Amino acid sequence: MEEAVAGRKGFGGWLRSRKGQKTLICVGFVAIPLILLLSFTYIPFVEMVRFSFFKMKYTTPVDKRLFVGWRNYLDVFRRKDCFSALKLSLYYCGGALFQLVLALYLATILSFKAKGNNLFKGFMFFPFLINGIAVGFIFKFFYTRGFVFDTVLSWCGFDMDNLPFWLKDQRINNWSLVATSVWRYFGQNMVLFIGAIMSVDSELYEAAELDGANRFQQFVHIILPSIKTIVTLNIILSITGSLSAFEPPYVITSGGNGTGTYFVIMNEIAHVSQKVGLASAMAVVLLLIIFLCTILQKLFFKFVFRDAESEDESYKAKRARLRAEKARARAEKKGVA
Amino acid sequence: MVKHKANKRKKTYTPGQIIWQIVRYFSLIFFSFVAVIPVVSCVITAFKTEEEYQTTNVMTLPKSFVNFDNFVKAFNMANMGKAFLNSVIVMIFVLIASVIIGTQLAYVLNRFQFPGNKLIRNLFLFASLLPAVAMQVTVYNIMQALGFVNHLYGYIIMMCGTDVISIYIFIQFMENISISLDESAIIDGASYWTIYWKIILPLLKPAIVTSCILKGVGVYNEYYAANLYLMNRNLKTIAVSLYTFVGPLGSRYNLICAGVIISLLPALIVFILCQKQIYSGIAAGAVKG
Repeated sequence: MEEAVAGRKGFGGWLRSRKGQKTLICVGFVAIPLILLLSFTYIPFVEMVRFSFFKMKYTTPVDKRLFVGWRNYLDVFRRKDCFSALKLSLYYCGGALFQLVLALYLATILSFKAKGNNLFKGFMFFPFLINGIAVGFIFKFFYTRGFVFDTVLSWCGFDMDNLPFWLKDQRINNWSLVATSVWRYFGQNMVLFIGAIMSVDSELYEAAELDGANRFQQFVHIILPSIKTIVTLNIILSITGSLSAFEPPYVITSGGNGTGTYFVIMNEIAHVSQKVGLASAMAVVLLLIIFLCTILQKLFFKFVFRDAESEDESYKAKRARLRAEKARARAEKKGVA
Repeated sequence: MVKHKANKRKKTYTPGQIIWQIVRYFSLIFFSFVAVIPVVSCVITAFKTEEEYQTTNVMTLPKSFVNFDNFVKAFNMANMGKAFLNSVIVMIFVLIASVIIGTQLAYVLNRFQFPGNKLIRNLFLFASLLPAVAMQVTVYNIMQALGFVNHLYGYIIMMCGTDVISIYIFIQFMENISISLDESAIIDGASYWTIYWKIILPLLKPAIVTSCILKGVGVYNEYYAANLYLMNRNLKTIAVSLYTFVGPLGSRYNLICAGVIISLLPALIVFILCQKQIYSGIAAGAVKG
């Protein structure tokens, strides 16, 4: 009958029909987010690819822009500052891996219930909520000669005169910056892992406890298998994250003394020397690397994990899965009732 | 719970358990100390008078913890009153807009099958891969073309446009809202708008709280884009206003630390009040991969 009504009243009728309403609501609800997404993500993205073939400034009028072909891309690899900056991401990668291990360790410790857990968790998580500029000031202060870090080390018996300049000495300053990033994010990673560990059925731990498994065995046989997906994901994310490391050098050293990471250099080229074409080329190169990592990640998950999980599913994991399914079914029943 | 049981059985511990407990508490205390000490040193310094700051070691406690002179000075110097106001305005508008946009988009993507549904999902997913700093090279150009530079509304609109995580939280949450609710409402003659407004939106409340907290913290702490697009002194947000300390103050860290502490106070208060939601938000954001 709706169809008939629509036929009689033309467009107005169609709008009032179910189908018309559906279209209306789809268009109405999707339009704004899509326009925003296009104008602040995809149009800039296309522009970026286009700009990367030109020599231009932000202020250059469209007809004065000089087409230079692949020269910007060649420059990215030829210029010493651009390419050597990529090497710095190895520091951040190292830091990120350390951070993951540390977060996993602390998350495991905290997943066994005990007094004071929440307080410790809060202390370790809070740095994540501090804004980047404040973190910058805190650590400029922290690392200044004779200030906080040196004082703490001298409490531990180090001789203050033998300590390096944490932010100036090129042998150590990148590690100092990496440490600030670890400081800021390890608590967040930890909370994430705690969430994953908590989603494991707690009866599994109790069963293991009764069977006489110690903490280490519990970790290896229960915790690790159940959270390996999220751990792997975070390892891969930390690789792309360290390629785009930006904040610590930007706010603490402004990229001086050989601490300029790829993005710090790119930011300077774009907004200080206004070589927009070159900066765009740098961005595109990095995006390509990130895509490559993401595709590898997808493939990795597809081939490694699927096989491992279907064939190798241990008895315990299976039990956990079945129980989780049952619980979900129960919860659904409750939801319906 | 595990420990509780052990207690009930007997109060004796094996040597292994004792070592384990020692290691456990040692690591927790050590890393909590590492996490806290940079902030604590800032608090200590912020309460010191100029003379104390010059003459005592940074870790020596100040004479009085009620000397708020530095805080007042820092607050006025960085124009932080105005900056707080700007941050609050930006936050309110961005949060309201992203909740409306996000829930609507999630509703449509989750409940209706239409050509392009998958494509839109993938467009958003792909967008989350692009690092924000890299994108600003050309977003800057577009902001200029639209006349959005140096206007609070321009920054607000841009912040709404680059929001992917909260959309994911909403979509995930939508999947757990039974579709039979929609169906029975349709039988009762409700329009799709009514379903969204009267059924879906109220049920999404936990997800809205979670995403508002995460997004709120993100917006409050965002400084890179704010630094680029809000150059006018009267438009600075709180994170950017801290930057005014770089030039003139050099190394007068007692003032700088006071400014830092002021800027992180709101985050601390929100954290203490909403710990649970923040933790669950972090966990929810992670599952998206």
